Amino acid sequence: MSSYLHAFGAWLPERVVSNAELAERLGCTAEWIESSSGIRERRWADDQTGVVEMAERAATTCLATEGVPGSQIGLVILASGSAPAGFPAPGAALAARLGLGTTPVIDLPMASSGSLFGIALASQLAETYGDVLVIASEKMSSIIQAHPLDRNTAMLFGDGAAAVLVSKRRGPWEILDYALHSDGQFSSDLSYDGSSALRMNGLSVILQAARKLPGAIQEVLERAKIPAADVSAFLLHQANQNLLVRVAKALGILPDRIFSNIARYGNTSSASMLIAAAEWVDQAPESGPVVFAAFGAGFHWGALLAARR
Amino acid sequence: MPDITARLRAVVEKIAAKPVPQDPDESLFESGLLDSFMLPDLVSALEDEFTVKIPDSDLNPRKFDSLTRMEAYLSK
Repeated sequence: MSSYLHAFGAWLPERVVSNAELAERLGCTAEWIESSSGIRERRWADDQTGVVEMAERAATTCLATEGVPGSQIGLVILASGSAPAGFPAPGAALAARLGLGTTPVIDLPMASSGSLFGIALASQLAETYGDVLVIASEKMSSIIQAHPLDRNTAMLFGDGAAAVLVSKRRGPWEILDYALHSDGQFSSDLSYDGSSALRMNGLSVILQAARKLPGAIQEVLERAKIPAADVSAFLLHQANQNLLVRVAKALGILPDRIFSNIARYGNTSSASMLIAAAEWVDQAPESGPVVFAAFGAGFHWGALLAARR
Repeated sequence: MPDITARLRAVVEKIAAKPVPQDPDESLFESGLLDSFMLPDLVSALEDEFTVKIPDSDLNPRKFDSLTRMEAYLSK
């Protein structure tokens, strides 16, 4: 039984944090931030707006775009690597705010790759649960501001949330295939334990991501016998513009084939791929395959292939 | 055939587009010769030059931090 991607929805905080503002606090230049990452500004949520509130707004937008009531949702999957540590995870509170009664919720505490894993999971569970609402919500500013700012990580991250409806009902994009992978060998190279500062070994993360992202994308494209050049859009986790360019090079395509909004929002972890999709959908072509891909802490990574129907 | 150190030096100079420090123990990254986004290129160039496949499990940046460390890894 096929599963389909339906409407997307995103929510970004109003407050814009420019490179100039951040550079002053980090003791570097705005130009260095942009050349190192491709980021010009990011959004940070206020103290009253957390992972649950952002997720609610993205979910509400997604449901309104699709034109379905919350009562039609059979399952919620919420990805967040930045939700406060401890239990319960934020999914149940989100469902309550959405008025979903006793609708089941699965929390995925996965930074960066959580939305990709969530969609893949939803594509399987849609057969049983019907419409599955997948949401990714990240308040990365709370993590990077909880400790003395580290130049190499504080410059990267922003806050945001996004959602997509996955269903066995026929929709605009049929999910054709996906490849998911995890490898804990380098888990300490990108980690946050809730008490000490976020740790990132940038050399290791980039080295692994630069190989594993194109590898996962080629894995699904080769199975479908689709050349990278025939893909209408690549919607990737917005980690770093320099990484997106490197992935394009590895795939043998021009960098502008990979959708990018990182200049405006920074790296919003697991939300970034869906925020990109929510912006891309307005300019989506009427035909052609689409590739989603993400890589993040764990490491967890993968790619998903969908096609316009 | 040049020795392994000379071949490594040539690979790194091609990636960095700058001369490599004389000290083979000097960190290529801490010295600023290479940045993090050059590391994947360096690994690919090493695979081509030495006709080897470096497995993902060996993608530890420390193995490629200096000419000495690269030589030790490739000589295994």
